[in-house]
Amino acid sequence: MSTTTGTIPRNYTTESSTSPLEWLKSWLLTIDHKRIAILYLLAINFFFLLGGAAATAVRIELITPSGDLMTSDGYNKMFTLHGVIMVFFFLIPAIPAVLGNFLVPLMIGAKDLAFPRLNLLSWYVYMGGGLFTLCAVVLGGVDTGWTFYTPYSSTYANSQVLLTAVGVFIMGFSSILTGLNFIVTIHKMRAPGLTWFRLPLFIWANYATSLIQVLATPVISITIVLLGLERIFGVGVFDPRLGGDPVLFQHLFWFYSHPAVYIMILPAMGVISELITTFSRKRVFGYEFIAFSSIAIAVLGFLVWGHHMFVSSQSVYAGLIFSFLSSVVAIPSAIKVFNWTATLYKGSISYRTPMLYALGFIGLFVIGGLTGLFLAAVAVDIHVTDTYFVVAHFHYVMVGGTIMAYLGGLHFWWPKITGRMYSEIWGGISAAVVFIGFNMTFFPQFVLGYLGMPRRYHVYPEEFQILHVLSTAGACDPGDRFYRAADLPAALAALRAHRWR
Amino acid sequence: MNNFPLFPDQASTFAPQIDLLYGVLVALSLLFAGVIPFVILFLIVKYHRSMKADRSNPVHSNLKLELTWSIIPLILALGVFTWGALLYIDMRRAPDDTLEVYVIGKRWMWHTQHPNGKRENNELHVPIGQPVKLIMTSQDVIHSFYIPAFRIKQDVLPGRYTTMWFEATRAGEYHLFCAEYCGTEHSRMGGRVVVMSMADYQTWLTTPGEVILPDGVDAVADGGVVAGPAVGDPMALAGQQLFTNLGCVGCHRDDGAGQGPSLVGLFGAQGQLADGSTVLADENYVRESILNPNAKIAAGYQPIMPSYQGQLSEDQILQLVAYIKSLGDTSGN
Repeated sequence: MSTTTGTIPRNYTTESSTSPLEWLKSWLLTIDHKRIAILYLLAINFFFLLGGAAATAVRIELITPSGDLMTSDGYNKMFTLHGVIMVFFFLIPAIPAVLGNFLVPLMIGAKDLAFPRLNLLSWYVYMGGGLFTLCAVVLGGVDTGWTFYTPYSSTYANSQVLLTAVGVFIMGFSSILTGLNFIVTIHKMRAPGLTWFRLPLFIWANYATSLIQVLATPVISITIVLLGLERIFGVGVFDPRLGGDPVLFQHLFWFYSHPAVYIMILPAMGVISELITTFSRKRVFGYEFIAFSSIAIAVLGFLVWGHHMFVSSQSVYAGLIFSFLSSVVAIPSAIKVFNWTATLYKGSISYRTPMLYALGFIGLFVIGGLTGLFLAAVAVDIHVTDTYFVVAHFHYVMVGGTIMAYLGGLHFWWPKITGRMYSEIWGGISAAVVFIGFNMTFFPQFVLGYLGMPRRYHVYPEEFQILHVLSTAGACDPGDRFYRAADLPAALAALRAHRWR
Repeated sequence: MNNFPLFPDQASTFAPQIDLLYGVLVALSLLFAGVIPFVILFLIVKYHRSMKADRSNPVHSNLKLELTWSIIPLILALGVFTWGALLYIDMRRAPDDTLEVYVIGKRWMWHTQHPNGKRENNELHVPIGQPVKLIMTSQDVIHSFYIPAFRIKQDVLPGRYTTMWFEATRAGEYHLFCAEYCGTEHSRMGGRVVVMSMADYQTWLTTPGEVILPDGVDAVADGGVVAGPAVGDPMALAGQQLFTNLGCVGCHRDDGAGQGPSLVGLFGAQGQLADGSTVLADENYVRESILNPNAKIAAGYQPIMPSYQGQLSEDQILQLVAYIKSLGDTSGN
């Protein structure tokens, strides 16, 4: 681009508007998928910042074995806030709603998504869900953990369970609408000649994700409704005192929440496929295998929810079957890693920021995937489930994986989104800092977990302190870097859009 | 180094077995996590765009390669699954001669009760070399009984019994944790497990002053450790008194002539139900039959028993279970 004079070519961010109100309306009532992606970008990064701040508070509290910064209730509310915000308002929507919204129509040669108004609606629904959840925080917080296990959440907890649950319930619709929109768009609006096996792998990944969003999210919605019925009216569904079954809740919850992990990681894998090929200047190795492994993960992902419940009183047979399926689901993920590695062979590789994020993703994902095998082996899982081992594992997979891909993708498509280039130096530094900080934070937690440190503990035995301090040292670095790296582009986006007006 | 452990104590028969599987998994991980980054580093250096390298005839797919890197990990994963599954089956199948200890979890305490009636709070004393089975329930929310040094954990649910067994191998004091989030004081819900020699355990069991007897029972049974409650043990004895006081005995007569089935020899047997199916008479079945009698009707009897839901504490239900269990034992003799 010839921007030496500073003039920016006319684009979707520079529509002329006569007054600030007009300008605001042009954004808030837009049905342009690109502008909606920007709206999502701002909102999602706000929640990322909030969830990150809660994480930092949790880690700082854990520097000492005794509870000295917060009360136990305060601590419980803090980790719940962290979990709810990060899972439902950052990790699940991050890549599909921002990068997907922006790129899916562009990549398949469509003018927009199939239902542009529905797309805008899904943003408002997302904001509505967020508002309810924020209200819950302001009105005292919620202390059930993001998992809302019954009968604690339905009968015993004295915090804002309902408001939070309503927030998550509403957010679910946003997720369903986005998924629906993508499925229809990808099926019906591909440019002539763009057959399924010519689609970019990012599209395949988003397609698989959308299937999960549409099929799994209604389950969590109805589960939340049942939880609400029990909490408000005492209808016995989950509490045994009312004739309910507490384990039923866990089955329903994980029937959604396990596939939800794939809602987070599949689009990330799609981003990584694009980044690796671009910066190797080479076609991806084993295109069909990567595409079908996305679908295999989406399908198998529905059949492994019981591996969250090996010690929940599930029968031995159920335990064995879920253990078997969980071991099998590791394979499509391994296939992707091997194919990405093979893509590098005979490529022409450059170490640009997005590539650094992509390589970092592979590093974190390999560790996350391998430790998943530990947890799939049911005898080992009995010891380490509900400990820091699990905490470390799922952060490596869904947090490390998603954040590396989200930031890598954001850098890569930044010029496309804004018309401006990011700083290569700062980009490279941010990739390195996030990668190192992430490992410093979460690697010690594997050791802690195998030692027997249970999760969600406000106070803990003294012998675990050194490992906790190490973990916190790492967290204060990326906890800070994470959102700075993510918010800097977002802040710039807002600023620039204003300047171009 | 005492304050900076990297590996947990091994204090049960399961611990070395699980640690071995864990060790193999760590070795496998190091292999993969070592090889893959090494290959990636090699490739990104060799094929950096500034490097002169042979880039002719690039390959974009290779079925043999795909199958190799699918099938080898699949075999390894299934190997790990099989190993873990066999161990798991052992962990879930308690031997016959276990010492049975009852556990009640409530926010935010653990109560344990030994067969002779001795009770503890937030502690569990167990002997070395004796398989111990915990029969557990919760008074409120879900808890999880976790002893890291034994490598075992089991959720403790309201409204039903869950069980878990172990055999301790090394004397000492170990952490006892609640591993399922249960509210405000979740992180303080725990205590210690004390493993002692059988002789010490016997002495501890019968030491007066520490014994908290169940209501209405005035003596600790002698005879020491027995496998499960037998007639004459305080747990079963208290259960028998309840059985009489609540009037159960009026219908459930030992000679089988009452309006309800005789409970002699019931426990551990397959019971015939009115709908033609059979049910294993275990702790959960007994519990359900007391609290929700119409859920499973014994064949040949009318569904006339009233529910005792809300009238009995978890303690009392456990005493009734212990008594009915002791009746099962006599039939075997």
